Amino acid sequence: MSRRRAGEITRILAVARKDVLVEARSRANFAAVVAFSALVLVLFGFALGPDEAALTQAAAGVLWITVIFSSVLAFQRAYLLELEDGALDALLLYAGDRRSIFFGKVLGGLAFVFAVEIVVVPMAGVLYGLPVLSALGRLLPLLALGTVGIVALGTFYAGMASRVRAREVLLPLLLFPMLAPLVIAAVKGTHVALVGDPIAAGVNWVGLLAGFDAIFLAAAYLLFGAVVED
Amino acid sequence: MDLEVAAGESLALAGANGSGKTTLLRVAATLLRPTRGGGEVCGHDLVADADGARAHVGLLAHRSGLYEDLSPYQNLAFASRMLGLGAERRAIDAVLQRVALAAAAHERVRALSSGMRRRLALGRLLLAPPRLLLLDEPFASFDAGGLDLLESVVRETTAAGGSVLVATHDLARAGRVVDRTVWLERGRVVRPPADRRAVADVPRLVGR
Amino acid sequence: MRSDSVVPEWVARARGSLLRPGPALAVFGAAAVALFAWAQRYGLQTLPARDMGHLQKILYVHVPSAWIAFLSFFVVLVAAVWYLASRADAADRLAASAAEVGTLLNGLVLVQGMIWAKPTWGVWWTWDPRLTSTLLLFLIFVGYLALRALVDDRERRARWSALVGIMGALVVPVVYMSVRWWRTLHQVQSTPSTMDPAYATGLRLNALAVLFVAAYLVLLRRRVGRVEAAVEAIEEERALRGVEA
Repeated sequence: MSRRRAGEITRILAVARKDVLVEARSRANFAAVVAFSALVLVLFGFALGPDEAALTQAAAGVLWITVIFSSVLAFQRAYLLELEDGALDALLLYAGDRRSIFFGKVLGGLAFVFAVEIVVVPMAGVLYGLPVLSALGRLLPLLALGTVGIVALGTFYAGMASRVRAREVLLPLLLFPMLAPLVIAAVKGTHVALVGDPIAAGVNWVGLLAGFDAIFLAAAYLLFGAVVED
Repeated sequence: MDLEVAAGESLALAGANGSGKTTLLRVAATLLRPTRGGGEVCGHDLVADADGARAHVGLLAHRSGLYEDLSPYQNLAFASRMLGLGAERRAIDAVLQRVALAAAAHERVRALSSGMRRRLALGRLLLAPPRLLLLDEPFASFDAGGLDLLESVVRETTAAGGSVLVATHDLARAGRVVDRTVWLERGRVVRPPADRRAVADVPRLVGR
Repeated sequence: MRSDSVVPEWVARARGSLLRPGPALAVFGAAAVALFAWAQRYGLQTLPARDMGHLQKILYVHVPSAWIAFLSFFVVLVAAVWYLASRADAADRLAASAAEVGTLLNGLVLVQGMIWAKPTWGVWWTWDPRLTSTLLLFLIFVGYLALRALVDDRERRARWSALVGIMGALVVPVVYMSVRWWRTLHQVQSTPSTMDPAYATGLRLNALAVLFVAAYLVLLRRRVGRVEAAVEAIEEERALRGVEA
């Protein structure tokens, strides 16, 4: 009558699959986040334009800020669905490493944010006059690695912030300072890829991002157990 | 004196609100760390080997812990995967059949009545029946069919050598399925209301 | 058989020191303030004005304060790790006290920096690595304090603050490196890091003074923390046993 123990990979994938499924079945949410991102792009356009040269120069920064704002919405959702009916308790009752829950949620979050980016990046290309298609090869690693860092840190902090009052403010307050290195590297790298910058081109921005991701993922992995202890 | 629950025994936890019934269940389920004292479930210490203990415990809590936008089938499939059982269609269908949710298997949980949700939560426990079954105020939230199901699940658990702890106000109904009743007051085991002297203050649970 | 007192053991044992603090802390505090005052006098009168005149004197307080602020956050890091390993409330109290004092110092450092920068360079702010890292550190610990203010459960508050503190302290060197890269690409001047050796004594003196004042504040805050914990413990016991105990 005793239960079997699920392998950690199985648990990670099960959590990721469940999060994606929940998102997919509430289709309105994805559309709303995409619409929100579009609005942010447009507002920035009004704020920084109409000079196209100025827009192109600022584009990399605007793109990543938009991604961050949309991601924050994703993180809140990832935990709210667990809090709705006390599902987090049920989740914590399954035997196994609780840090796998973290990785499962990161994977689920990545799926969501990548899906948003698939729409938003071309949109930014159009609005801000960026050669997205031709620079795609250089752009993809930057997008992938930058997003991984943002989602990993966001999932970590949302595990705490979402269970506290004033959660809408607390999550950005805790998360944004930590994103500074990622923003620097991702924006500079994206700028080089899309617009060009002879001085900055020499730096391996992708490598930097990979390094940051490694540090953040390792730290979050080690510490997440204490986030959901109770 | 400690609180011990033997194999095959079912126990009701009675007491006023705030007496610690839910806390006791959550500690036993390893959702809370005991601040003082300790406990064991099936030989696994609740603090040192919480994960080992967790494998043998099933909790039917006050809140069902279901994903509102998924269907009963999907909720059970997720639970099944997390329990290491894969997502075998036949096993899940069998459970849905047992809790009388086969007809609504693919609707959103959001659309189900509260009685149906409780049955689904119970069904989640039936995927891999636990050695220690913990029920927090179950009688209030089930419909008639669900209550019969609940009673048969309790009997099955004890018959198979497991133990059951039921926290409840409804002692009449509990009396039908439990062997004895333990009274709690402010976090301690006390004698039944006739005699209110404190007997012990550290609960210790052992299920064999 | 346990005692019938509502007061937990550790509170009873510490009762004396909680209600009537010994003179040690007050004497230390007075000494710290005196040292600080003397250090200012030394700086203002002993060394002649050079280059930017008296304005340069603010660096005497600014630079050491920055060192001590970073030291406080390092203490938070150590206390956080200690808490997670031992779950001792004392560790959490130390972390909270060091964080509050450190954040206060950090805020002062930023303001002093701006006061010095405006007449010197004509701008209130530059995005140089040290200043930017300091600002980020400030924001990280404001977040830390906000989290502590919003979580009511004592154990959860201690545990989560420890996590935020560790992650925060971890990111600072990463931020510093990134901002360095970011800036050096455009060959922007950084704040001059070399200081005239004549200032060394003044800096060291102030460093010591600020350290003592900060240490005094941390100890004071920790004492308040212990009293708060004692009150909380008594209330918990009362709730558990009922008022008739």
